[in-house]
Amino acid sequence: MSRALKLPRLRLKGGASLWVGGGLVAIAISSAILAPWIALTDPVLDANLMNAEIPPCWEFPFGTDAQGRDIYSRIVWGARVSLSVGIISQICNSLIGVTLGLTAGYWGGWWDDLVSGLTNLMLAIPSLVFALAIMAILGPGLVSLVIALGLTSWSYSCRIARAQVLSLKSQGYIQAARILGYGDLRIMFTQILPNILGPLIVIATLGMGGAILSEAALSFLGLGIRPPFPSWGSMLSEARDQITTAPWLSVFPGLAIFFTVLGLNLLGDGLRDYLDPQSTTRRG
Amino acid sequence: MADGLLSLDDLAVHFKVGNALGGGIKTLKAVDGVTLDVKPGECLGLVGESGCGKSTLALAIMGLLPPTRGTIGIDGQQISGNTPPDRMRMARTVQMVFQDPYASLNPRQTVRRTLADPLRLHGVTDKAEVEARVIDMMAKVGLRPEQADRYPHEFSGGQRQRIGIARALILKPKLVLCDEPVSALDVSIRAQIINLLLELKDEMGLAYIMISHDLGVVEHVSDRVAVMYLGRIVEQGGWQEIFENPRHPYTRALIAAIPDPFHRAAISADAKARGEIASALNPPSGCHFNPRCPLKADICTAEYPAFGEVSPGHRAACHFRDRVG
Amino acid sequence: MTTPLLKVENLRIALAGDGVTYNAVENVSFEIGRGEAFGLVGESGCGKSITALSVMGLLRRPLSLAGGKIVLDGQEIQNVSAAEMRRLRGKRIAMIFQEPMTALNPLSPVGRQIAEMFVLHQGASWNEAMDRAEDALRQVRVPSPERRIRDYPHQLSGGMRQRVMIAIALACGPDLLVADEPTTALDVTVQAEIIDLMAELCAAKGTAVLMISHDLGLVANMCKRVAVMYAGRIVESQVADSIFARPSHPYTQGLIDSLPRLGERAKRGRQKLREISGVVPSIANYPPGCRFNPRCPAVTDICRTVVPEATPLPAEGLVRCHHHG
Repeated sequence: MSRALKLPRLRLKGGASLWVGGGLVAIAISSAILAPWIALTDPVLDANLMNAEIPPCWEFPFGTDAQGRDIYSRIVWGARVSLSVGIISQICNSLIGVTLGLTAGYWGGWWDDLVSGLTNLMLAIPSLVFALAIMAILGPGLVSLVIALGLTSWSYSCRIARAQVLSLKSQGYIQAARILGYGDLRIMFTQILPNILGPLIVIATLGMGGAILSEAALSFLGLGIRPPFPSWGSMLSEARDQITTAPWLSVFPGLAIFFTVLGLNLLGDGLRDYLDPQSTTRRG
Repeated sequence: MADGLLSLDDLAVHFKVGNALGGGIKTLKAVDGVTLDVKPGECLGLVGESGCGKSTLALAIMGLLPPTRGTIGIDGQQISGNTPPDRMRMARTVQMVFQDPYASLNPRQTVRRTLADPLRLHGVTDKAEVEARVIDMMAKVGLRPEQADRYPHEFSGGQRQRIGIARALILKPKLVLCDEPVSALDVSIRAQIINLLLELKDEMGLAYIMISHDLGVVEHVSDRVAVMYLGRIVEQGGWQEIFENPRHPYTRALIAAIPDPFHRAAISADAKARGEIASALNPPSGCHFNPRCPLKADICTAEYPAFGEVSPGHRAACHFRDRVG
Repeated sequence: MTTPLLKVENLRIALAGDGVTYNAVENVSFEIGRGEAFGLVGESGCGKSITALSVMGLLRRPLSLAGGKIVLDGQEIQNVSAAEMRRLRGKRIAMIFQEPMTALNPLSPVGRQIAEMFVLHQGASWNEAMDRAEDALRQVRVPSPERRIRDYPHQLSGGMRQRVMIAIALACGPDLLVADEPTTALDVTVQAEIIDLMAELCAAKGTAVLMISHDLGLVANMCKRVAVMYAGRIVESQVADSIFARPSHPYTQGLIDSLPRLGERAKRGRQKLREISGVVPSIANYPPGCRFNPRCPAVTDICRTVVPEATPLPAEGLVRCHHHG
């Protein structure tokens, strides 16, 4: 009965969201890994002004850009940047946020005050501004991009983790664990964390999409991936001016981002259901 | 008491509430001067209404709340405000059964893990021994071995409480604190759990502290009974003295309040209490029970009554303990 | 014979699950006379609360009324419009719940919430209504009602809140008060007071009561007649006094025997409690035939296949058991 009362949400039946989401993410990851073999042309060097802005055709399935480079090849190569930025930076954010949120919620006291203050500070200042400042110090490039985005948007997962811990802390099984002699860290990571993983996974997958978009913004400002090397974000922002004259320039990177973010979200949903011992998909 | 398994000496747990800016800091005396002892193999019933401090007392006994004053002696270990308990040693001495069988089991752990993890944590490393002790404990509480790999949601409330009991007993403690162990269960299941607790007590030589508001249950299982009101023990004695010859008006009110058609006329209706328990933040002066007491006199608002002896082992904190009844 | 105030006939309540529809309640019939107190007893999930909700017209998806008649004072009310039902609620039938905090509006002073009833249902002016609200609070024995009338629900204790709920429910002098576990969330001494208050006020105003509880003793104290429900069906209904003296259904018998009764141990020493074996079936797993059969000590083949018919008992009682008599 409780399943029927759940809030309406984009939700595929049974384990489908796990498979569809996993499939989409797998396609994105494998194209990033296999880029040298599946790209048709070199994304940077094969510029040819003779081929500039050709709409999708047999030779260039996604069309070409103003320099005559093949969009398909650039998207395949760009997946490397976008995915590594999205996934690695979000893993950093989750690790920081969950560790801070768990410990703050569990221990309380001055540590909680400190973490909560820091979280509020991070929420008050747009994370992009923070990332800008870090990028300004580290200089542009893929590594500094990952570091900048990986240090600046942990506040959501921190807040969610802390709030969940507060609601679980007084549950009998947490008290029972303390009475059985479990140490604080053991309780946090074996008793509490598995029970709050669901919302954290959802937040993390949403954050990956956000990081991919932040990468676009930073690249647009010249702080991310330097042109001419491709990333989905920089392709999208370069294509802005031609959205009416050459829509394929923005449509295909946009679709790549869309399907990857969708895939990540479905995967997150599916994982949460799969990890829940009460869900039926586990055994179904 | 030297032979006591648990002895509380003038135990107090106070909390500071409020803040310095709005209204000032007040002291909430949740437990205020409790002296009690439990001998090995004995069952002590602890009775009181919500807000009387029994939950705080339970947490203090479990070593989860530091005493503000006084000491807790458990099996040779002395705990006070300055000397925190050795948690690992405590775990092998005193354990707890919780009221709510739904919230007291980790939904993501199978029965096997719930029972095996504590054993491994306490140094049982041999796989076969862990497995044998888990299965043996499951059998003791009436669960079948093939249920070991199931998750809590696959069990009914009564079975979950059996798992909770198994978890409390897996480290072979000497004292088990049962906090309302049957009040969240279906009525037709309660007898099973009470019988099980009593069987295990004999089998494993356990001592119990049985916290309950159900006097029928307390009378059935207890050797001695303590009645708590607003942070203090107001009456204490053998089960027969407490139920057949209660000397504190509050104990009498509790008994009179039971809607038991077989016991209707045992204590007359004038023993009933009026109103509700006061806040521990602002307890009434003198005897804490005086605003609700049918026997209230001037002395009751002036001074807190001594915890005087009625007969050997039976004490009541009432100015009129010799006249009640 | 005069017409009863409330007549419930062959009530069937459906629960829509994942593609399957279950009968959460079936074949439930009872009558309540004017001013009579009637008790419905059973464990969680037996259908007693949703029976009460159906009388109030408050069933919501996935629950729905699937059959039977509910007749209030000669008028069938199971199919009346939502607007008509709203007029009936409060005016003719009122309800109080287990947890008054969730039933009261936290943002409105309690006096206003009582006064609203007079304004809504009797067209009183707000000034007049507030005066009457103060009287109503005095009737439910809230101390210093002239001050309490301005309090918000969170400023009152649990017992006081339940008094306010009773004041609201009885404000317009309804013919029937439905009380769903009215004292389960309260302490025992407070419970006794609230039950006395309800019994007294309802008797004074001639209000009939449909009391829902899991506590057979409590219901038997308050009500003239009692029906016992198990797994969606009424298994026995009798005059309250005789249900304890001569329980006719094995389930009722089991309930009465399985609970430790105060004073029993002093008389006969500690006896092992008689257990009812097994677990309460969930709605998806109701067994065929008599639904108590897997747990019944007297089970025979017929119990596993044939649903027992009602056998009349003295004083308009009935029992549904193949082995009665």
